[in-house]
Amino acid sequence: MNKKIIYGIYDDDDIILNAVKTIREKGIEINEVYSPFPIHGLDHALGLKPTRLAITSFIYGCTGLSLALLMMWYMMIQDWPMNIGGKPSFSLIENLPSFIPITFECTVFFAAHLMVITYLIRCKLYPGSSETSPDPRTTDDMFLMEIESYGNEAEVIALFKETGAVEVKEEKID
Amino acid sequence: MHYESPIREPLILDDKTLHDITEDIAAPVEGKANKWWWALFLFSLVTFMWGAGCLAYTAGTGIGVWGLNKTVGWAWDITNFVWWVGIGHAGTLISAVLLLFRQKWRLSINRSAEAMTIFAVVQAGLFPIFHMGRPWLGYWVFPLPNTYGSLWVNFNSPLLWDVFAISTYLTVSLVFWYMGLIPDFAMIRDRAIKPIPKKIYTLLSFGWSGRAKHWQRFEELSLVLAGLATPLVLSVHTIVSMDFATSVIPGWHTTIFPPYFVAGAIFSGFAMVQTLLLVMRKVVNMESYITIKHIEYMNIVIMVTGSIVGVAYITELFIAWYSGVEFEQYAFLNRATGPYWWAYWSMMTCNVFSPQFMWFKKLRTSIAFTFFISIVVNIGMWFERFVIIVTSLHRDYLPSSWTMFSPSFVDIGIFVGTIGFFFVLFLLYARTFPVIAQAELKTIVKSSSTQSRKISHE
Repeated sequence: MNKKIIYGIYDDDDIILNAVKTIREKGIEINEVYSPFPIHGLDHALGLKPTRLAITSFIYGCTGLSLALLMMWYMMIQDWPMNIGGKPSFSLIENLPSFIPITFECTVFFAAHLMVITYLIRCKLYPGSSETSPDPRTTDDMFLMEIESYGNEAEVIALFKETGAVEVKEEKID
Repeated sequence: MHYESPIREPLILDDKTLHDITEDIAAPVEGKANKWWWALFLFSLVTFMWGAGCLAYTAGTGIGVWGLNKTVGWAWDITNFVWWVGIGHAGTLISAVLLLFRQKWRLSINRSAEAMTIFAVVQAGLFPIFHMGRPWLGYWVFPLPNTYGSLWVNFNSPLLWDVFAISTYLTVSLVFWYMGLIPDFAMIRDRAIKPIPKKIYTLLSFGWSGRAKHWQRFEELSLVLAGLATPLVLSVHTIVSMDFATSVIPGWHTTIFPPYFVAGAIFSGFAMVQTLLLVMRKVVNMESYITIKHIEYMNIVIMVTGSIVGVAYITELFIAWYSGVEFEQYAFLNRATGPYWWAYWSMMTCNVFSPQFMWFKKLRTSIAFTFFISIVVNIGMWFERFVIIVTSLHRDYLPSSWTMFSPSFVDIGIFVGTIGFFFVLFLLYARTFPVIAQAELKTIVKSSSTQSRKISHE
């Protein structure tokens, strides 16, 4: 079967958003949409699942909080308790008030950095990656929709034109 | 479909289209520097070198080369440290707090404000490190196992809280900034023609392609990072203020320090943003994006935070009197009428009186006047930290050890040097980085630009 990739290039975010809705209603699978900026509502229109980044961040934050408390408990109370200024370090609860700032900082440190690392891994973003969008204008002012066709390219091209694409390109794969 | 509010003034002027924004923001990166840039850069570089020399002299000889003495053990070093950290706060406030409040005017200024944050925190970090006397042992502030037992760092000390706060703040601000930069580096990459810039921006853009799923994650990431950075920025200056507030020095031992320091930080930070952006918008032609409206909004923030700082000064005086503690009363009387009266009244004039001019619309929309006030506020906030630190120390509990502080040429050299270093970094940034978060700015072309207004009126 001849598989082809067809690109529809649009010049307006509202037009491509409507186009995504129309094309999906026709039962055609959209491979990807490339845009120069985030389009509000595009993820719903494409049927993308909500991202779970915020949940991971919460888990990382809890990890940071626990590790910070564990570290301070071990160093200040377990390993080498000291009497500093008449305020001895004999239990975690007694010392907790002065542990709060660092506990907070560690929570934020873990939540932020590990979430960013997760984001980079999930999006496969890394220095040295040579990936770009199929058309360099999509980081400027153009919006690109990518559809794989299996013999129905005439229908796809017609749909692109109908929904307001300013340009349609085809690319053959094997 | 065009959504707009007819009441709000447009944030993008001169009928800019999406492509115009790309062109305008790529222009300073792709073009050549003019002679003003070179003049400023060389001047800053020389100042930086002078400061670096003074730092090397300090490290080689010891901090005895500073003007510190037995009574005044903290002076310009910690003043400069707090001043620089405070300046940094505006960047996070603009990018994180204004994002949570959905303030679209942040979009033209957040990139440069965050750059300012990072460069300012770098300067701030130098002071405590060199104040240690043996900066090569600076890593001893971290809880690392060692041959003394292990003898751990003291987690009850606010100075250690500061280590954690400043390092978290610097690194989190840096990744927040960089995550926003990735799509903009991709824009420059896709336009680059010459092979070397193309390679560099390919490396910097991490292979960003603008997929729908990536944008969805990008928006979630920005929102959560903003949610984390907001309490973080408040905690940082709170903890800086605890370096003083948890001590028993009259003039330092004050419960209002945390909010007072945070308001002061935002105040001085916005002043520095104004100083930088008023010049930058002119030099790299960003006047359509950083408009008088943006300047006016920032002036309102300066006015409000300046007034909060004023209330804090007066509260301090009242509480000193009301506490009935004679040491506390003397500390404040000495500030206002003692040998450092000129520093106190410079602080009062610059920080409390001067921002009140911003009540007048004519003044807060004037570029020349805004620039003048921004410099005045920068000076005033430096004096605030000097007043808090030096006047509280120089006359302690024991009158026989009362003394004055005078900076040595090394103190002055290091301070001026950090200003040079800061400008070196900022000038390099302005020539190689997209100075406006163009990808995000493009989202408001339809809702708040002059171009959209024209279309919807047709």
